[in-house]
Amino acid sequence: MNAPSYVTLESQFDETVQPANSGLLRFITAGSVDDGKSTLIGRLLYDTGNVAADQLAAIQATSQKRGLAAIDWSLLTDGLIAEREQGITIDVAYRYFATSRRKFIIGDAPGHEQYTRNMVTAASSADSAILLVDARKGVTTQTRRHAYLAHLLGIRELVLAVNKMDLVDWQPAVYQDIVDAFNAFVSALGRHHVQAIPLSALNGTNVATRAEAIPWYHGPSLLEYLEAVPARRDAERAPLRLPVQRVVRVMLGNAANGASDTEFRGYQGTLASGRLHIGDEIAVWPTGQRARVKGLTVAEQSLAMASADHAVVVALESEIDISRGDMLSNAIQPPRVVKTLTADMCWLSEQPMQARGKYLVKHTTRTVNAFFEELSYRVDVNTLDHQATPETAVMNDILRVKLKLQQPLLVDAYVDNRTTGSFIVIDPASLHTVAAGVII
Amino acid sequence: MNEQVNTPVNQTHAAADHLDLLEAEALFILREVIAECRHPVLLFSGGKDSAVLLHLAYKAFHPERIGCALLHIDTGHNYDEVIAYRDRMAERYACQLHVRSVEDSIRKGSVRLRHALESRNAYQSVTLMEAIAEFGFDACLGGARRDEEKARAKERIVSVRDEFGQWEPKNQRPELWSLYNTRVALGDHLRVFPISNWTELDVWQYIQREDIELPALYFAHPRQVVRRGDILVPVTHLTPAQAGDTVETISCRFRTVGDISCTAPVASSAGNVADIIAETAQCLLTERGATRLDDRASDAAMEQRKKEGYF
Repeated sequence: MNAPSYVTLESQFDETVQPANSGLLRFITAGSVDDGKSTLIGRLLYDTGNVAADQLAAIQATSQKRGLAAIDWSLLTDGLIAEREQGITIDVAYRYFATSRRKFIIGDAPGHEQYTRNMVTAASSADSAILLVDARKGVTTQTRRHAYLAHLLGIRELVLAVNKMDLVDWQPAVYQDIVDAFNAFVSALGRHHVQAIPLSALNGTNVATRAEAIPWYHGPSLLEYLEAVPARRDAERAPLRLPVQRVVRVMLGNAANGASDTEFRGYQGTLASGRLHIGDEIAVWPTGQRARVKGLTVAEQSLAMASADHAVVVALESEIDISRGDMLSNAIQPPRVVKTLTADMCWLSEQPMQARGKYLVKHTTRTVNAFFEELSYRVDVNTLDHQATPETAVMNDILRVKLKLQQPLLVDAYVDNRTTGSFIVIDPASLHTVAAGVII
Repeated sequence: MNEQVNTPVNQTHAAADHLDLLEAEALFILREVIAECRHPVLLFSGGKDSAVLLHLAYKAFHPERIGCALLHIDTGHNYDEVIAYRDRMAERYACQLHVRSVEDSIRKGSVRLRHALESRNAYQSVTLMEAIAEFGFDACLGGARRDEEKARAKERIVSVRDEFGQWEPKNQRPELWSLYNTRVALGDHLRVFPISNWTELDVWQYIQREDIELPALYFAHPRQVVRRGDILVPVTHLTPAQAGDTVETISCRFRTVGDISCTAPVASSAGNVADIIAETAQCLLTERGATRLDDRASDAAMEQRKKEGYF
């Protein structure tokens, strides 16, 4: 069988290539109710030796008690009372497993109603998405919806896991049709990398180990893929962004043990992207003032350079006025300073949007008052059609919106920077997080 | 895969990298809470997870000293050594230490025991809520991890509790990117778990890397125990040997240290952190499966307790 046109990894997969620069991969699993998602996660955990004997004994006993012929792996992941009572998954759960090569965090998003907001939530922190398809049903509306949401949240690495291949006798034509249909859809969305894998979660075929018995498939097993796929660390190559979390001031008497008791002023924050060296000239936003970096530390450890994801303390050569919510950038590639946000937004709350209501927008470390100036269109996540000028937003809606801000935010487009391109909306009355947005 | 760099990464490097990421995430969360909450407190029991949390708080604040107090809910059933360790750590980091005891709640009548030797672990919730109300804390930083238990796997890093301390799994705030919503109404408070994404093994690897001091109970030592099924019950004044019990002295260590009446040691010869890491990596039982006398009551014992205000 020929490698499908869009899928390049299958022919190129090189098992000797080790993951670059990351011992940690975050991925999500998405699929509809009966596509075997829980079974797949259970299999992954079990086959990598990450199910403890007492956990296994407990779910074996429950499976037996219910008269099941095989272990019900969903018992491993569906932990809440109501979930077990109703046999459903309520909310995103996070699972952990490790192999000798890598640590993994699974964002396990339920495939039921409320799918959109759960999927958006889980996808927001994921490097990669596994989209599960039942080989007998092929690409469904649900598959397209999940692929679109993964795309919206900026996940470029997609796995099309064609499950239950044993139930279609591992026919290559069935697999190929599904892969072609999926690629046709996903290519229209934009640039992605798709790895298709035919597998049987129930039997564990192509899950943790590659099945030699399927001569037409030469790609990786799911686990091999997960161990090798690059984690999202492209943030290091992006321009410097350091949202200030906290101003730290040592005066007489409040120095940590071991720290010098002389006066010190510095800025705490995690680099959203880029690199920062001692001696670099930086600009502070929204004022645009400039200064040179004098010190970079994490507790008592001094660094010559900090890069994306480092939680540092920055000291500057000159005294300038900086507060929480300001942002440091390099001198020549500043963020956009905006008082209007154009964004794609997912409404998460059961309470519909108050079209004329005031909301809070939290973006990096800055929270500002805002209101919706315009609802441009709603995306039908099933057809991807645009429905013009909605009056309000209800739970699970994806909308293009324009928000008016009381104070400026320091932003980038989400496609360029996941941290400075994302925000949440908080309802000042209920204090709930009611929406999530990605900046255009 | 086009962007893959063909540099082989060895396992130690990979492990170091994942600890860096977990640490940075925890420091970020701690700083958000410190910056945004009015009156946060760090729950410190003297156990390994809270020891890691305290160390992370030290790093999050540095070069300032830790700017929030420690709160310990003392069941009165703690090992003396853990209490001494707790006091020593509070002193080392120059933190104010508040201790509130279940014993006081019993005296006040807000906790009523069914019998004198009943485990007081679950009653900590009552005393904790009393302390939160007394001091007006709006955020409690805790060392709970999602890998401990299925119900915890579903809990947010920043979790809102009402005035009864209740956790409502169906009504949690969605958590996206690293944008934590720390707003709470008056009377409500937050439980914040900066090491949610850590596993037991991560905690031990970090303890090794950062050279974090722990109570000696965590390391193999000879101890008198009796066997109850697959659990080793330490022989103490609260859990005395009963008629017909065979008391043995074996080499054991605690994987989790809490109330004497509900934590059990495991047989082990691991006398240092490196040995414990090797043992943990190979261990076939979960931390709670092997060691807790109280989570086994039902499949959902933890969830029930969390709904009642437990952390």
